[in-house]
Amino acid sequence: MKKYWASYPYLLWMVIFIFLPLLLVLFYSVTVRTEEGVRFTLEHFQRFMEPIYLKVLYRSVKLAVICTVICLVFGYPMAMVLAGNHFKRKQVMVFLFVMPMWMNFLLRTYAWMTLLERTGLINAFLSWLGLPSLNLLYTEEAVVLGMVYNFLPFMVLPIYSVLSKIDKSLIEAAQDLGADDVTVFRKVTFPLSLPGVFSGITMVFMPAVTTFVISRLLGGGQFTLIGNLIEQQFLVVGDWNFGSAISMVMMLVILISIGVMSKYEKENEGSGLF
Amino acid sequence: MQQQIIINLVDICKDYNGTEALKNINLYIRKNEFLTLLGPSGCGKTTTLRIIGGFEEPTSGDLFFNGVRINDLPAYKRRVNTVFQKYALFPHLNVFENVAFGLKIKKVDKKIIEEKVRTILNLVNLEGYEKREIDSLSGGQQQRVAIARALVNEPEVLLLDEPLGALDLKLRQEMQIELKNMQKRLGITFVYVTHDQEEALSMSDTVVVMKDGTIQQIGTPIDIYNEPKNAFVADFIGESNIIDGVMLHDYLVEFAGLLFDCVDRGFAEAEPVDVVVRPEDIQVVVEEASPLRGEVKEVTFKGVHYEMLVDSATDPAYRWKIHSTVMAPVGAKVGLKIMPDAIHIMKKVTVK
Repeated sequence: MKKYWASYPYLLWMVIFIFLPLLLVLFYSVTVRTEEGVRFTLEHFQRFMEPIYLKVLYRSVKLAVICTVICLVFGYPMAMVLAGNHFKRKQVMVFLFVMPMWMNFLLRTYAWMTLLERTGLINAFLSWLGLPSLNLLYTEEAVVLGMVYNFLPFMVLPIYSVLSKIDKSLIEAAQDLGADDVTVFRKVTFPLSLPGVFSGITMVFMPAVTTFVISRLLGGGQFTLIGNLIEQQFLVVGDWNFGSAISMVMMLVILISIGVMSKYEKENEGSGLF
Repeated sequence: MQQQIIINLVDICKDYNGTEALKNINLYIRKNEFLTLLGPSGCGKTTTLRIIGGFEEPTSGDLFFNGVRINDLPAYKRRVNTVFQKYALFPHLNVFENVAFGLKIKKVDKKIIEEKVRTILNLVNLEGYEKREIDSLSGGQQQRVAIARALVNEPEVLLLDEPLGALDLKLRQEMQIELKNMQKRLGITFVYVTHDQEEALSMSDTVVVMKDGTIQQIGTPIDIYNEPKNAFVADFIGESNIIDGVMLHDYLVEFAGLLFDCVDRGFAEAEPVDVVVRPEDIQVVVEEASPLRGEVKEVTFKGVHYEMLVDSATDPAYRWKIHSTVMAPVGAKVGLKIMPDAIHIMKKVTVK
């Protein structure tokens, strides 16, 4: 307890840069400025209930869920390969895997634009083969692709770190008790890796549901996500109150999803999924 | 003994990237016996056990189970269960689920599983612990769960890899007796790995002493203790005085500059040998009563006996370790008496 003061700078930081801004956002979301001054209202939230905005929310959540599922489906086997003994230089593999993350997020996304566009590499290749060119860029699929590409490491790394910490003798014990490779995975490896899976899901879902850059670059503005909506309200329309209200809704969605995840994780503590 | 051989290791070698962990191991294990692989760490005892369990493949040699070669049979198909060194209990399952693991995989009927798990938990004194989480158990209880988890599958052979290593002395001694009783009651073959010679001697029917990947001696605990085959075994099993000597002819050996009658024969004339004398086989007498004399240098009280270190004045000088219930004080000049049948003559181990 003596070192208690050491946390003060951080507490101060939190108050100034997290707590106060949050309060401000909350304040803006429930007020409106009129000639008589500031007045409390829920009209911004009411406005968000209009179908056009709900559709954006729905699309955001849908794309984020699709992205998370794809990341899980590809990420888990990748994590298993990384954690396995197939490579002599495991560290090098992990390094290679993490390296793209050093490059700027925007650069990576722009790179996809040049790959996918009508005169891009992929279509050039297709026409070289004599095939008709495809409409790749500015589609929902392109947005999901960008999300998966950018967020996949956030799925792989937590699963990898949990998997590589699993005691090998547990696997041997399962084999000893008659479990073949599939049963070992089903009854031991997978249940023990669930904490990694849950944190992976959380770490992919959150940035995916809030992203606005990927949808703008790869979706060409046709696929407005909730992040784009917030951005527009603040930077283009200048309606800070409505933007704040959407932000609050966004936070609610994330809080609920985290809540569901942690509840699910607790329920699964102590038993397998199957 | 006219008992059936259940496991047979023939010329088993194991090579880890150029280092030989096992060199031509030949060993058979009889049905229902309690066999202990004993040796210092790195002697290959755990590797031998893991080969039997199916977790390591021998580099060469054959492994037979009930007469059938099982080199290529994966671990999960062997009728063998293992109690692992650090128990390796599944942390995400409770006691019941841990013990039932093997039976569930074999798709045994639910009612029967419950019945069997209850019986086996009774056997290891853990009745009522079914719902407990593994984390909430003490080391001794986890140990029992690990044993129950293996035994519930009714294996023909139970492999135990230093299962008592993590327990304190008192609990270890209790578990030794329990394990031995369990083995007798269930009539299962136990293959036990330990580095603790006392554990090996008190529990086993057969002790296999290993060193550097080779078997030094196989025998009953009494044989191993009383008739160690070489100086290593003598030194490893209990405490010993090991002294250079020369076998002059049958029944006469020279060591510490003196001649002694002994009961060994069959050595070449004037062959250099290792002479082994157990500390408790040396009698401390008055100086005049024995030509072998020395001065007491250290006395330690050990509970049952005193341990005395006596430097003999003879040529070459030697520091004798003596266990006796009679104490001679430090500085006392004493005589040491060694009876002929207390002198064990061993061939020198020349090649390592």
